[in-house]
Amino acid sequence: MSVMTRPADVGGGAARDAVERRLKGGKRDVAGALFRVVLLAAIALALLFLVVLVYDVVTDGWSVLSTRLGDFLTSNLASQPEEAGIKQALVGTFWIGVFVVVVSFPLGVAAAVYLEEYAEKGRFTNIIDLTIRNLAGVPSVVYGILGLTIFVNALRPLTGPDSGGRSLISAGLTMAILVLPIVIITAAESLRAVPSGLREAGFGVGATRWEVVKGHVIPYAAPGILTGTVLALARALGEAAPLILVGATTGYLTSGDEFFDLSALQERYVAMPTLINDWAGQPGAEWQANTAAAIVVLLVVVLAANAVAILMRNRFESRRM
Amino acid sequence: MSDLTIPPQLTVADLRGDRRRVRKDAGVRYVVLAAATMSIVISVLIIGSLVGEAWTFISQVDPAALWTDGWFPRRGMYDLRTIIVGSLLVTIVAMAVALPVGLGSAVYLAEYAPRRVRKVLKPVLEILAGIPSVVLGVFALRFISPEIVQSIFSDATQFNMLAAGIAVGVLSVPLVASVSEDAMRSVPDSLREASYGMGARKITTVTKVVIPGAVSGLVAAFIIAISRAIGETMVVLIAAGGTGGSLFTLDVTGPGTTMTAAIASQATGTDQVVGEALTFQSLFFVALLLFMITLLLNVVANRFVRRVQERY
Repeated sequence: MSVMTRPADVGGGAARDAVERRLKGGKRDVAGALFRVVLLAAIALALLFLVVLVYDVVTDGWSVLSTRLGDFLTSNLASQPEEAGIKQALVGTFWIGVFVVVVSFPLGVAAAVYLEEYAEKGRFTNIIDLTIRNLAGVPSVVYGILGLTIFVNALRPLTGPDSGGRSLISAGLTMAILVLPIVIITAAESLRAVPSGLREAGFGVGATRWEVVKGHVIPYAAPGILTGTVLALARALGEAAPLILVGATTGYLTSGDEFFDLSALQERYVAMPTLINDWAGQPGAEWQANTAAAIVVLLVVVLAANAVAILMRNRFESRRM
Repeated sequence: MSDLTIPPQLTVADLRGDRRRVRKDAGVRYVVLAAATMSIVISVLIIGSLVGEAWTFISQVDPAALWTDGWFPRRGMYDLRTIIVGSLLVTIVAMAVALPVGLGSAVYLAEYAPRRVRKVLKPVLEILAGIPSVVLGVFALRFISPEIVQSIFSDATQFNMLAAGIAVGVLSVPLVASVSEDAMRSVPDSLREASYGMGARKITTVTKVVIPGAVSGLVAAFIIAISRAIGETMVVLIAAGGTGGSLFTLDVTGPGTTMTAAIASQATGTDQVVGEALTFQSLFFVALLLFMITLLLNVVANRFVRRVQERY
C-alpha cells in the first residue's frame, strides 16, 4: 500500500483535464489528436500482425489438425507427408526443456545469489556482471558454434560416441548455456526487489547469510525467479539456430520416439523448431500443411509457457503493491 | 567495575554463532561464486572456440577470395562484402519496421494508455516477443513474401530479403517497445507536471519534455534492436533464400544472405562438408566477426542504459 498520494492522482486526473481544457481556451487540439491516432495505429499494427500470423498458420494447418491430430502427434518422421508425425520432435524438445531446467535453473539462481547477496562491490563483481550482460546479447547461432566445438567435437566420447556427438545431450547443454544469462539476469532482478528489512531482521536474530538467503530471501523472490525461468524455458524450446549447428537431424530418423528412454540421450535427435525449418523447405501443399500444423503445436507449447509466466508475474506484482 | 563491561575473554568469534553454521555459509559462498564464475568460463570458451579455427581460415585463405562476386564457400568464394552488406540490408529493413512501430507503441503505453488498457496490451506485446523466430521465418516466406512484398514489387522473387527484413522487424518490435517504455517511465513526473504547469499541451509535453528526457534510453533501445536484428538467423535462413550461397547484391527484393544465415546454412551436415577445405573454418571466422559486432553494440547500449539510470 502506498501511503503517499500525489496531488495529480486526486480525482483520477479529472482536475488535470479540467485545467487543461481551460488553459487551451476551448480550442481543439488537432495536432494532439492526430499524434494519438498515429500512436494507436503503431500499437494496432503490432497486434494486427500477431492476429494475422495466428490466423494464417491455423488455417494453413487446419487440414492436418482437423483430420489427423492424434496421428500427427504420435507418429514418427516419414517420407510421405500424410504419414509424417512429430512424436520424435516432441521428445527432443521435451528433453531440451529438461536440460534447461536441470542445468540452467540451479546454476543461474546460484550465480544470481552470489551477485546479489554475497558479492562485494568491486572489480571482480563488475567483470562478472558485464560478462553476463554481454552473453545475453550474443547471437544464438554463435552459441551453436560453441556447442559444436565443445560438446559435439571435444566431448564426443561423453555426449555420443555412436552419433558423432550430435546427440540430445549436446543439444540440451548448448541450450542450457544459451539461456543461462537470461535466468541469471531475471533471478538477480527478483532478488534485488526483496526488501532489505527482511535480510536485516534475519541478521538481527543471528542467522548466517546463507540461512537468511535460504529461509527468507529466496522464498520471497521465488515467484519472480520462477517467472524468469519459464520465460527462459520458452525461449529455449523455440530456438532453432544453435540446434542446426549441433547437428539436429534433417530428413529421416528411426530412433528417439520414447519419452523416457535415457539411452536415447546419446543418440541423434530432432526437435520441434528444426523439424519446422526442415519441413518448410519441402515442396508441395501437403508438407506446407504439415509445417503449419507443427507450428501450431509449437506455438501452443511456447505461448502457454509465456502466458503462465506473465500471468504469474502480474499476479504477484499486484499483490505486493 | 560495573556489570556492563564486556568480559575480556569474549571475542568477535564468540558472537558469530555455531562453527558448523558459519562453515556451511562459507561453503555456500564458494558454490555460488563458482556458479557466477561460469559466465566468465563460457565467455572464454566462446572466444576460444572461435579464434582457433578463425585464425586457420584467415591465415590460409587466398586474400583474393575474400573480395569476389559472392559468398559460395563450397566453391572457395568468401566474399565478406556479400554477407556483411546482406546483414546491413536486412537490419535496415527491420529497423524501418521496428523503430516507428516499437517507439509509437512505447509512447502510447507509457504516456497515453489508461492503466486498464496498458494492463492488457503489455502482456500481448510480450506474447509477440515469445514467438519463435522459426515461426516468423515460415510466416515471412508463406505470407509476407507473396501477400505484401510481391503485391508491391511485382518482380520480387519468392525468397527475398525484404520479406525477411520485415519479419525480423516484427520480432524486434516488442524489444524496442519495452526498453523505450522503461526509459520514458523513468522520466520523473515532476518534469511532466512542470510542463503542464507552463500550459503545455500533452503532445508538447511528450515530444519536447519526455522524449528528450529519455533519449539515452531510446538510443539504447535502438542499438539493442540493431544487435538483435544482426544476430537473427532463422528468419533469414528460411525466407531470404541464400542457403546455397549468394551473389553480391543491393536489391532487397531479390534473394540474399546474411552473416548468421551463412553460418547456419553451411553447418547443415558439418561432418561431411563437401568441396573447398576451408568451408568449415569460414564459419568460425564469420561467427567471430558476428560476435565482435554484437559485443560492440551491446557495450555501447549498456552505457546508454546506465546513463538514464544515473540521470534520474
